[in-house]
Amino acid sequence: MTAAVEFSKVSRHFGEVKAVDGVDLKIAPGEFFAMLGPSGSGKTTCLRLIAGFEQPTSGHIEIFGETAEGVPPYRRQVNTVFQDYALFPHLNILDNVAYGLMVKGVDKKERYELAEGALDLVKLPGYGNRKPGQLSGGQRQRVALARALVNKPKVLLLDEPLGALDLKLREQMQEELKSLQRSLGITFVFVTHDQGEALSMADRVAVFNNGKIVQAGTPAEIYNQPRTRFVADFVGSSNVLAPAGAKKLGGEEKWASLRPEAIRLAESGVSATVTSKSFLGSATRLHVKAQDITLSVMVPAGTRVPEPGETIHLAWQPSDLHYMEGEA
Amino acid sequence: MTSADATILPGRSGVFGRLSDIFWRRPALLLILMLTPPLLWLGIIYVGSLIALLLQSFFSIDDFSGLINYEFTLATYRQLLIPTNFDIIMRTVTMAIAVTLASAVIAFPIAYYAARYAQGKWKAVFYLGIMLPLWSSYLVKVYAWKLILAKEGILTWGFGKLGLGWLLDAILALPVIGGNSLSISYIGTFLVFVYVWLPYMILPTQAALERVPSNLIEASADLGARPGQTFRNVLFPLALPGIVAGSIFTFSLTLGDYIIPQIIGSSRLFIGQAVYAQQGTAGNVPLAAAFSVVPIVIMGIYLTIAKRMGAFDAL
Repeated sequence: MTAAVEFSKVSRHFGEVKAVDGVDLKIAPGEFFAMLGPSGSGKTTCLRLIAGFEQPTSGHIEIFGETAEGVPPYRRQVNTVFQDYALFPHLNILDNVAYGLMVKGVDKKERYELAEGALDLVKLPGYGNRKPGQLSGGQRQRVALARALVNKPKVLLLDEPLGALDLKLREQMQEELKSLQRSLGITFVFVTHDQGEALSMADRVAVFNNGKIVQAGTPAEIYNQPRTRFVADFVGSSNVLAPAGAKKLGGEEKWASLRPEAIRLAESGVSATVTSKSFLGSATRLHVKAQDITLSVMVPAGTRVPEPGETIHLAWQPSDLHYMEGEA
Repeated sequence: MTSADATILPGRSGVFGRLSDIFWRRPALLLILMLTPPLLWLGIIYVGSLIALLLQSFFSIDDFSGLINYEFTLATYRQLLIPTNFDIIMRTVTMAIAVTLASAVIAFPIAYYAARYAQGKWKAVFYLGIMLPLWSSYLVKVYAWKLILAKEGILTWGFGKLGLGWLLDAILALPVIGGNSLSISYIGTFLVFVYVWLPYMILPTQAALERVPSNLIEASADLGARPGQTFRNVLFPLALPGIVAGSIFTFSLTLGDYIIPQIIGSSRLFIGQAVYAQQGTAGNVPLAAAFSVVPIVIMGIYLTIAKRMGAFDAL
């Protein structure tokens, strides 16, 4: 099967800076694919390479089996939801949504009907006459989505689309985006620096660092079996143990990760001193010190939470110690 | 307790210290103080003289004695409609339109480059290049152009050297806008007007283009618009307020100028020259006033149309 998007050894350099450095990538049709990484890791440049705003310095890009290098953005069946929405301020909402159809020469009546349909899809019916400035951030976000979807793209690119929304709205939009993607069956490529967002929404996640993909896999793989220390650090709030520390805590002398929720309070085991605690609602996070090693431990709600200064005992399954490569 | 521990510091001493406190408590006071002098200037000297001018235009002149007849009449305005005077108005308006359109067309690419591509040093070079001509005297520049455009001037010489003398002759042979040489033709007047007013078109256009976020251009391309379509549907509408602002300058400056057509051009009059002649040698202040009202009315109409067309929607 042809991939929706395929990168082979793609690099994009800006002078000395290697924004994207030899990336290989395969995104399946209909997949919800997340690109996760800190800022400056090359994920947005990858997205811009798919959209056609950037051209690769070297390497080869295919979109549904067709070569993408040298093809301008306006000839790609790919649409983007921009980070700050990029709605046209001088056009009303309906004209914004109908823009893609207008430039392709769809006649007025038909394009307005389709645009109305797209506004219904994102739950903004009847907003067509307003100007972008009159909408809230969440509504603008939906308009940007409708404006992209109305063109029936083969691939929809989303550049940190939820970054500007508040927590409640963001969670709601996550759900909606996911169900929208399922019902439409369009390939979504989603760029985010929020690991929670990537893990909860995507079918597959690629973790970026320094212009390279460090690891790609399902959210569970990424979370449970981080390939390197960087992935363990960036995805979730794992305890990353240096080889010496791992040995002291009874493991092999290798880089290891130990998830805070895998650690139990026990009658006996590794003894540690509580240094601080923070209440998170569903659990309480403890920071403890076990033989110079700082660990974070999750205590689920309903259990007694030890006070700072108290000495406690910690236990975990040996299999919870996950060994990985030391590269940062 | 020493002052170093105090939460609220004691008031600063001195007049300025106390004034700062007063202005902080009453911001309106500061606003009034700052606005009064310019408002007085604008209100009395500027608007006042404009009203005086308007009033003058409703008086008439006694043809025999040459004295002003201080009675309300529209006779002076009727005089504007006689063919010689009306020709002056039409000639000036046509020239102003041509100059404005040409300035807009020439200014846009320059402004676009400056707003989108020029950075750091090149931006400084751009501003210097645009502003430098404004530092030298306008008269010097116009006379320099007279030398350039004259029959024995550098342009004729250049065309000749390039073997394009026939082209220049063909251009000069054009009816109405041609003439004996460029320096005494409408083409010459037009060229100098465009040259002199161009910075006033470039700067506002550049400012407007700079405010257009680049992701709107990308969004347009992303949605399938070819560069030409992006220009028509996104870039141009968003830059329009700047272009209109620039056109207000080029249009009104051309409407009112009386030096350029006097030095470079045929002997046919423009509004500015007519005003100059009427209030000076002819001593017909009412007619001069009526002529002066014409650009004001035309600008009013122009701005109304621009507003109707949505030129200021993107502001």
